[in-house]
Amino acid sequence: MDNMKLPVYLDYSATTPIDPRVAEKMCECLTLDGDFGNPASRSHAFGWNAEQRVDQAREQVAALLNANSKEIVWTSGATESNNLAIKGAAHFHQKKGRHIVTVKTEHKAVLDTCRQLEREGYEVTYLDVQPSGLIDTETFRAALREDTVLASVMHVNNEIGVIQDIDTLGALCREHRVLFHVDAAQSPGKIEVDLQKTPVDLMSLSAHKVYGPKGIGALYVRRKPRVRIEAQIHGGGHERGMRSGTLATHQIVGMGEAFHLAKAEMVEENKRLQTLRDKLYHGLKDLEEVYVNGDLQQRIAGNLNISFNYVEGESLMMALKGMAVSSGSACTSASLEPSYVLRALGRDDELAHSSIRFTLGRFTTEADVDDVLQQIHTQVQRLRELSPLWDMYKAGIDLKSVQWAAH
Amino acid sequence: MAYSKQVLDHYENPRNVGTLDTDAANVGTGMVGAPACGDVMRLQIQVDQQGVIEDARFKTYGCGSAIASSSLLTEWVKGKTLEQAQAIKNTEIVEELALPPVKIHCSVLAEDAIKAAITDLQNKQADDVHHSE
Repeated sequence: MDNMKLPVYLDYSATTPIDPRVAEKMCECLTLDGDFGNPASRSHAFGWNAEQRVDQAREQVAALLNANSKEIVWTSGATESNNLAIKGAAHFHQKKGRHIVTVKTEHKAVLDTCRQLEREGYEVTYLDVQPSGLIDTETFRAALREDTVLASVMHVNNEIGVIQDIDTLGALCREHRVLFHVDAAQSPGKIEVDLQKTPVDLMSLSAHKVYGPKGIGALYVRRKPRVRIEAQIHGGGHERGMRSGTLATHQIVGMGEAFHLAKAEMVEENKRLQTLRDKLYHGLKDLEEVYVNGDLQQRIAGNLNISFNYVEGESLMMALKGMAVSSGSACTSASLEPSYVLRALGRDDELAHSSIRFTLGRFTTEADVDDVLQQIHTQVQRLRELSPLWDMYKAGIDLKSVQWAAH
Repeated sequence: MAYSKQVLDHYENPRNVGTLDTDAANVGTGMVGAPACGDVMRLQIQVDQQGVIEDARFKTYGCGSAIASSSLLTEWVKGKTLEQAQAIKNTEIVEELALPPVKIHCSVLAEDAIKAAITDLQNKQADDVHHSE
């Protein structure tokens, strides 16, 4: 790179750096003089010490959710947790029914898992969302049937940051005796989760979205009332038979510490992020033809997903060299389809192509936001000068009236 | 994905950005792509008395590679006859800009744009001949 200054990182929903305090704890579990043992070893202190570390981490993860540590099953990450929850519940309860309800804006880890179940003969209903990105409660209620065994809804959307009302949806599931799975990869540390109050049966968790390491996650499996799932990975019977495989002590310890820090700092951190996000939003909203994607109120503090009409997202990202963000533009993915999440909101394809997702986090500063605002103003203007669509808009031509040669 | 040096150069210093008089008899305009697909290119050429392209302009809504493809093309067509410009292949653009496979459609779009501009010009000239008869 010719510019030695690293770009400003504003992609915290993709992943977060490990908090140095977390890294320190992880390093204590790697080498001969640390707690490197196999937590399943019963015959010596190396095993016992590692087990103690794992137990503590289990307590820390459970504490953030106000759950019991016995309800935490370690996995390799939220993708595996989603697979285990959805396939595990569907397989276990297939005699009761083979219908599943989920939502069009879910993460691919949920959607693709549901597709697999469809190939196995299950029926899946994919619910639409409102233009705000939120689920309409009545639509959800209407989708629950006699043979529905599971509903799966994400807590916080990874692209637009909107928060689904899992209290209400969970209560509806209870009423209809349907298991309720929540993909909460994006929510710990960002909104309060209290599983003593919220009727969730299964909840997928990830460490690397909350300043922990990649490659570790967990599935919360409720004990009261007891939720039964079928294991997807078989072996030594670890994690009460629900997920075999030697526990990765250092990863687990990292996740525990990350959740512990999140619990301690969540309130302050969210206040700070909200201030920065609002500053970013207010600095951008006066540009002509910008649209916020998803509800601005029911949204986590660190997310701003916004479309700059008549500017294509990838080229804008390319122009914003000093920052790391992501876009719903087709050009950023291998396919030529723009973001399916933005399309599910009913956004026109061109607005989806023009979207940028900013996600702020623990290490974002006010100077970063100032820097970003200045760059965006310059570059949006520059790219609009290059855009034939901007010309047409300025000339008062309705782009919808033009006969485009789609390719 | 990293961009090639050539793409970055054209993206950062696009050549021949602008608009020619769409109504002029010696200007051909080609607009291809669709906003819903994420790329729209408008390419314009202006020919002299001998039918040689003396000026070319573009505006593009699209990714960096689409902008670079159209910028490069405006450079290439200047000084060419319509026949020569018509013969430019998208594969030449791919090669010059070192476009990866996912960006080949950008070069295809650029080829479509010059062809559309030439057709527009030829239609105009045919109309002129028709009117002057």
